[in-house]
Amino acid sequence: MSELANVTLVINGQTYTLQLEPRRTLVDVIREECGLTGTHAGCEHGVCGACTVLLDGDPVRACLMFAVQAQGSAIRTVEGLADGETLHPLQRAFMAHHGLQCGFCTPGFLMLATGVLEREPDISDELLLEVLASNLCRCTGYQGIVAAVRAAAAELRRAEA
Amino acid sequence: MAEAVRLLAELAPHDGRILAGGQSLVPIMAFRLARPAHLIDINTVAGLDVLTVRDEVLHIGARVRHAAFHRLVQDGTLGAMLAAVVRHIAHYPIRFRGTFCGSLAHADPAAEWCLVAVTLDAKLIARSARGKRRFAARDFFQGAMATALAPDELLAETRLAILPADTRFGFEEFSRRAGDYALAMALAVLRIEGGVIAAPRIGVGGAEAMPRRIEAAEAAVSGRRPGESVFREAAAAAAAAIDPIEDAQTNAQYRRELVGAMVYRALTQACMPDGRSRA
Repeated sequence: MSELANVTLVINGQTYTLQLEPRRTLVDVIREECGLTGTHAGCEHGVCGACTVLLDGDPVRACLMFAVQAQGSAIRTVEGLADGETLHPLQRAFMAHHGLQCGFCTPGFLMLATGVLEREPDISDELLLEVLASNLCRCTGYQGIVAAVRAAAAELRRAEA
Repeated sequence: MAEAVRLLAELAPHDGRILAGGQSLVPIMAFRLARPAHLIDINTVAGLDVLTVRDEVLHIGARVRHAAFHRLVQDGTLGAMLAAVVRHIAHYPIRFRGTFCGSLAHADPAAEWCLVAVTLDAKLIARSARGKRRFAARDFFQGAMATALAPDELLAETRLAILPADTRFGFEEFSRRAGDYALAMALAVLRIEGGVIAAPRIGVGGAEAMPRRIEAAEAAVSGRRPGESVFREAAAAAAAAIDPIEDAQTNAQYRRELVGAMVYRALTQACMPDGRSRA
């Protein structure tokens, strides 16, 4: 057993002061220590993308980082998307376009899409498809997810204009 | 940096390892295939984020992530080539953590950056408490997941010479699904002078234990007019030259044919009239 490290994480603007073994992954700490169970642990080796969160705006796999490495960064999870009772445009689009069935992969897709649309609001359809291929969904066949993200991208662009 | 190499010198004999992006090492740890006793995280080490052109050389520090190459890091063929290649590396979120130098140090046979490094004769700078060592990329890779790095050394920087302005390139990769490991890939870098191919470099990766330039393929196109028959000769030469990896799904013959196809397509792209690959 390793010694415990004092770690301060900032998730969705809230500060969590924790004592952790350095070996703990970010996804496990977000879920088990911070109680934010919206971020899902799927494959736990970086393939499925269910655990995708934003780290200083970058979409990353929370299972491929140790929590101690996220100290000093702004972490965003699916819980931080909605503004109170008002859902984020991506969340609304996923509902409207059947972007989910069982919902297990949804938090990862939402954070992946948020990350890419915030960085590249004018991303081409072709590149968007490549980006969405990063995460796995075993229900929808992806068509609903692609439609939802395209619709949200258009809405976000209109809001910017 | 001094602290990182001092820690590495101290911990390397006790199964200590460098942690950069962690996009290969951490999955291997998740499978318990690697169980390092100590990890030395270099993600906050100052100076390792250098990504600049100095004296016609692109310097890439140890914590420059793949995603840095999504934009053109250099306004020329080298920048365009790196931006075209990066789109084949794993998936988008992986590229925000994984690093260029980490990929070289890991030396997966299917790693795109390793192919780029050997094809362009990259210079690699290793640091340790003992000092600095320089390697040519072709001497650095020693087999699948094997490099010339000593356990107490970290790959601090990779240097790529800026390519002459009229240089053209083509990159082709075959994998079963987007983002999967390459079963074969080829990078062709050349110029066309007076209607004939000059200074060709043809590198093949993913098909052998480590990437390398294929001299027989380069000889097949050098000084020749670009065209289908010349590309086919180079493809056949590359297919014959390699010592293919075999696995449960792919036998040697399959990989040879793939290598031929990749070399043919990479050359076709490199010699297209506008000189740029489709990115």
